[in-house]
Amino acid sequence: MTPPLAPVGWSRWLVPPAALSVHLSIGQAYAWSVFKPPLESALGLSGTQSALPFQLGIVMLGLSAAFGGTLVERNGPRWAMTVALVCFSSGFLISALGAATEQFWLIVFGYGFVGGIGLGIGYISPVSTLIKWFPDRPGMATGIAIMGFGGGALIASPWSAQMLESFGATGDGIAKAFLVHGLVYAVFMLLGVLLIRVPRPDSVPKARAKAAAPASALVTTAQVSARSAVRTPQFWLLWIVLCMNVTAGIGILEKAAPMITDFFADTDTPVSVSAAAGFVALLSAANMAGRIGWSSTSDVIGRKNTYRLYLGVGALMYLLIAQFGDSSKPLFIVCALVILSFYGGGFATVPAYLKDLFGTYQVGAIHGRLLTAWSAAGVLGPLIVNRVADSQEEAGKSGPGLYGLSLTVMIGLLIVGFVANELVRPVHPRHHLPANTPGTKPETAQPAQRKETPDEHSTTERERSV
Amino acid sequence: MSTAPQSGSAVSESRRTPLIVFAWLWVGVPLAYGLYELVQKATQLFTK
Repeated sequence: MTPPLAPVGWSRWLVPPAALSVHLSIGQAYAWSVFKPPLESALGLSGTQSALPFQLGIVMLGLSAAFGGTLVERNGPRWAMTVALVCFSSGFLISALGAATEQFWLIVFGYGFVGGIGLGIGYISPVSTLIKWFPDRPGMATGIAIMGFGGGALIASPWSAQMLESFGATGDGIAKAFLVHGLVYAVFMLLGVLLIRVPRPDSVPKARAKAAAPASALVTTAQVSARSAVRTPQFWLLWIVLCMNVTAGIGILEKAAPMITDFFADTDTPVSVSAAAGFVALLSAANMAGRIGWSSTSDVIGRKNTYRLYLGVGALMYLLIAQFGDSSKPLFIVCALVILSFYGGGFATVPAYLKDLFGTYQVGAIHGRLLTAWSAAGVLGPLIVNRVADSQEEAGKSGPGLYGLSLTVMIGLLIVGFVANELVRPVHPRHHLPANTPGTKPETAQPAQRKETPDEHSTTERERSV
Repeated sequence: MSTAPQSGSAVSESRRTPLIVFAWLWVGVPLAYGLYELVQKATQLFTK
């Protein structure tokens, strides 16, 4: 599929909603837990079994983002969004068939395997395009999209719950709910497919391009291919940075409700179950706000400084919780909120960091490969937190004492990430692509692209971005 | 000569304002619903 080149006068403010329509949809993955209890009762599954579709989905997200990134770069964002739409919606439709016929393997295959491919391709689909449209504010642009992934669960969670309540938590009811999800998400994501456009060479005004000029040595004007990028130390240092930052965030997320309850169990102001649920909701809000807020801030203070903040101040917040968390509820809550905002910010800022280091040429594909750090953290984080908490409980500890060791481990991981970030240097020129490589210089338009016909729409699909 | 395409581009961009509003509402309304539900839940931390 030819990348859809923007017609003259196409507004760049149409690109973020296109990206959001995809990310708000695929963010539904984090609301899978809504389907777990009904599936368990309708199909007689265990908790571990009912988690399988989600787990396979996340594995497929990592794999398809890592291996499909180059295809996304080659075929453009419209192709990627179409693949995401077809896979994500088909996943629900196959799952509907599985629920109606009580064949659980169809739900695992549909939602986990097919839908998971949609998650990975959809996640990276708008990244490169957004960065090209917003060279002056790449952090803000990718922050908007990646905030959508966090927002998707906020929408799906109450919506899916209400639907299951209406249709009933039986096999037929779940099948109807899956069917409606598949159809509604297909229509919702269609906006992204229709609106997404690659900027034409003259789409980005000179003033914006000038504002995007390198302000520090870390921001390159050269281009590095995805194949070369994974051979640089910078890629692997950023991999460590992302992995450590995500692991630290999961450290709070995984145990948020029991943690706040245990910390204040023996105080004058114990935390009720519903208040703990409110705390978890507040953490989700901080996660989302951090994605857009900190990522936009990184456009002003620079990417390296932003990660210094995430990792350095994050470690300090963990230290405050470990030392004084049980003496002040507001302090505990504020520290946890800051950590979660850094967790979200870490996800949203990394595409712009990659663009600074490797250029825009294959930034989406490089981002896809870097997301394997997320998969690793998804295993590492819960493993550390749960295993440490279990061992502390076996050792007879209670209250805040249950979490002391895991908090210390998180501080250590953040320090490792901080050191990795400090070691990031500009990419060696031997990895740079030659200046005349096709696709590396959007400002050098081919003659055919400079020709504009009066019917701007008729040119859209024919012209190929360089 | 250099200003003509720019002004044409500006006119074309302003013609797309309804589309921009529609696109942002398309994603903004569901997001607002999700945030409303979130705020309802989050207030439990301070009220219960």
